[in-house]
Amino acid sequence: MDNSIIKKKILSVVPDAIIEETQFITATIPSDKLREVALCLKNDKELQFDYLQDLIGMDWGETLGVIYNLFSTSNNQQQVVLKTSTTNKENPELHTVSDIWNSATLYEREVYDFFGIKFINHPGLRRLFLRADWNGYPLRKDYDTDAKKNPIPKRNQTIEDMETTETLTLTNEGVVGGSFQLFDDKEYIVNMGPQHPATHGVLHLRVSLEGETVKKIDPNFGYIHRGIEKMCEGYTYPQILHLTDRLDYLSGTINRHAVCLCVEKAIGLEVPERAHYIRTILDELTRIASHLLGWGCMCMDMGSITAFVYGMRDREKIMDIFEESGGGRLMCNYSVIGGVSHDIHPNFIQRIRDFIPYMRKMLKEYHILFTENPIARGRMNDIGYLTTEQAISYGVTGPSGRASGWMNDVRKLAPYAAYDKIKFEPMMRTEGGTFERYIVRLDEVEESLKMLEQLIDKMPEGEYCAKTKAIIKIPEGEYFQRVENARGDFGVYISSKGDKNPYRVKFRSPCMTLVSALSPITCGEKIADLVMIGASLDYVIPCIDR
Amino acid sequence: MFDFKVVTDWIDTLLRVQLGLPNFWTLAIEFILVGVAFLAAYAVLALILIYVERKICAFFQCRIGPNRVGKWGILQSIADMIKILLKEIISIDRSDKVLFVLAPFFVIMGSILTFAALPFGKGLHAIDFNIGVFYLIAVSSLGIIGILLAGWSSNNKYTLIGAMRSGAQLVSYELSAALALMTVVVFAGTMQLSQIVEKQAEVWNIFNGIAAIPAFIAFVIYLIAGHAETNRGPFDLPEAESELTAGYHTEYSGITFGFYYLAEYMNMFIVAAIATTVFLGGWQPLHISGWEGFNQVMDYIPSVVWFFGKTAVCIFFALWVRWTFPRLRIDQLLKFEWKILMPISLINLLLMALVVTLL
Repeated sequence: MDNSIIKKKILSVVPDAIIEETQFITATIPSDKLREVALCLKNDKELQFDYLQDLIGMDWGETLGVIYNLFSTSNNQQQVVLKTSTTNKENPELHTVSDIWNSATLYEREVYDFFGIKFINHPGLRRLFLRADWNGYPLRKDYDTDAKKNPIPKRNQTIEDMETTETLTLTNEGVVGGSFQLFDDKEYIVNMGPQHPATHGVLHLRVSLEGETVKKIDPNFGYIHRGIEKMCEGYTYPQILHLTDRLDYLSGTINRHAVCLCVEKAIGLEVPERAHYIRTILDELTRIASHLLGWGCMCMDMGSITAFVYGMRDREKIMDIFEESGGGRLMCNYSVIGGVSHDIHPNFIQRIRDFIPYMRKMLKEYHILFTENPIARGRMNDIGYLTTEQAISYGVTGPSGRASGWMNDVRKLAPYAAYDKIKFEPMMRTEGGTFERYIVRLDEVEESLKMLEQLIDKMPEGEYCAKTKAIIKIPEGEYFQRVENARGDFGVYISSKGDKNPYRVKFRSPCMTLVSALSPITCGEKIADLVMIGASLDYVIPCIDR
Repeated sequence: MFDFKVVTDWIDTLLRVQLGLPNFWTLAIEFILVGVAFLAAYAVLALILIYVERKICAFFQCRIGPNRVGKWGILQSIADMIKILLKEIISIDRSDKVLFVLAPFFVIMGSILTFAALPFGKGLHAIDFNIGVFYLIAVSSLGIIGILLAGWSSNNKYTLIGAMRSGAQLVSYELSAALALMTVVVFAGTMQLSQIVEKQAEVWNIFNGIAAIPAFIAFVIYLIAGHAETNRGPFDLPEAESELTAGYHTEYSGITFGFYYLAEYMNMFIVAAIATTVFLGGWQPLHISGWEGFNQVMDYIPSVVWFFGKTAVCIFFALWVRWTFPRLRIDQLLKFEWKILMPISLINLLLMALVVTLL
């Protein structure tokens, strides 16, 4: 299907839409018509744009608005970008799409938090990262950063502000404000986190229990929000790279790769072949390391601490490879715009050659120790099912989405770096249970080892970095880049006005959508399963709290 | 084989005859001596067990384990003990103060009372009830009161969930453990621990001809159920750290936490010791009928070594299981007990009764 059909369909719903055509369609829609277009794109038999990859809040100066980045999972990954805006900066209101795409529920809360845009009919519109009493909307261009506006409270405070949430409902008399209570007074609410051994970071889950059974989950984010997107607006592009490692620290290399690719695409820089190969090898090593840690943590959450130590032990080998070539272990700071910062260490190839058979042997041991263990299987089987439709609607990408039968591997769908030069299969399962999510990760480690074998055999000689200008300026425009990080579809959006700093940067966090899917698949299960299902989704909190 | 009765009799005659003390004072001094000996043994054994567990766990996990304090880190648990004694005991706002303080004593009392009734060697048996097995079962379940009180009085949601789990778990697994012990009581025809041990002089219960079949089944069931009673992995749900932070003892600190810690390790020892006494012949050496030379050599090994050796094997088994298996879920745990272990124990008891009538 080509873009003209999409264009025709959009124009048939909204004749005054402004449509730009590049590789994909960018349509600017008046705010009151947005829902109609969204419904058309989602429900039309031919189009089926069922995956809202990202929802980006924007402050264009005169107007405030939202960018919807849509993909069609059935139609060859066709992409459409919708834009809508409102000129009312005092009280901006847009219509929600959270009933069309479930992933929008959290995205819209984020936009409300940072831009103050209210979404009419949103089921629970409240701030996502910042405190409820925060003054101002930080990502607006006119935001006052004066610390006096938001003094640090010096006394303990209750979390009663989380109990109620404001809503805007569209009725016959127009938009009506209201509020509703998240939890009843009678409910037995347990605060899991922000300090808790099983949340893998400072995630705060408010869990309503009935005995051991989970009734309701309300995730709270923002405990380590660092405002990376706001910081990026003041940084130059090479400086931004350092922040990307700190998003999902377990796939830092891959995130950095994404930003490099995005900038390179924007300035039209040709990256040497060798650099592509080095980056791809690093990506796959990072993926293995991340999956090993994810595997270990999941085992630990089920009480098998020995498995955790095994995972950490083997991950250590990868860290050593990174340390030798890149200098860093967790954040290797290796990719730069144009290639990699320096050539690989002479031992690099040999170390990987040694690592591949070692890891294969260890994988067998993992299966004997844990996968085949009757208690482990008893815990993981028949629990936490996520259907394909749910996975797409909630935007659950990466291994977790693939376990539900959704082929969402960006490495295959939109190959970048050296992924089109090697043979590999995306690891898929169809059932979507906890065990499938678990086993997909281990399968992926095995597949990554195959990829590494091919990559080190094919690695070309030559330059490792292209020459760039001392000051990198991106031409005016908007740039999207997706990569497959260890947790899923990691997206970078850069909007530039032609300066050495970006006008707006947005990172699409695969982890936020993973957490949003936690609630539908866990309610009704036991509290012990909540921990395990969470671990099987394998989210990393700094990726959510950007 | 050396009989410890020689030592105890010597002390008794020393007090009564040589020093000429009246009956009351003799007994008082003897009670104090026994009490001090038990408390010391309790603490020392717990320290050794903590060190052993850390070291063995480290080997299972391809680590080195404690290796800084003393040679091979032997003094590590002593250092930890000193640390835990010096730590501040944090009192919790809005907790039930009396129960909160009382709870760890219940736990530690339960395990000391059980510990004191064990036959450690030939003649090394402080108190030999004629209802010894019954006493062990009764006293060892006192600990659960402490756990429930701790969970309730801490005024914390995690501790309450942990305590509820613990209550459900102990009540369930106590049945299987008791039935497994009853199987041997049926076979031995007595509840007195010394007699149960005495009857295994020729051959241990789990090797004893046709009775070995129900005895072995009971042994396995007792190990599983006993393991579950001590709240250790894969049955460590009451303190499942990934869900409930530390379960019922989340709010405890300093020596009150130390009590739980000690009791946990000692309960592991006690379960292994009861298994040894009832199924593995207690302090009796390994005898194979007909092999006279072999039997005599075995007799040279002191009874205490036999007892602790067998217990150590059981403990190692417990550690092995703990550091290999993941944790069960509460419904799986209870299902396993009520639908699998309980019926098997009941049938096994019947089987043993049948064997006894046939013999």
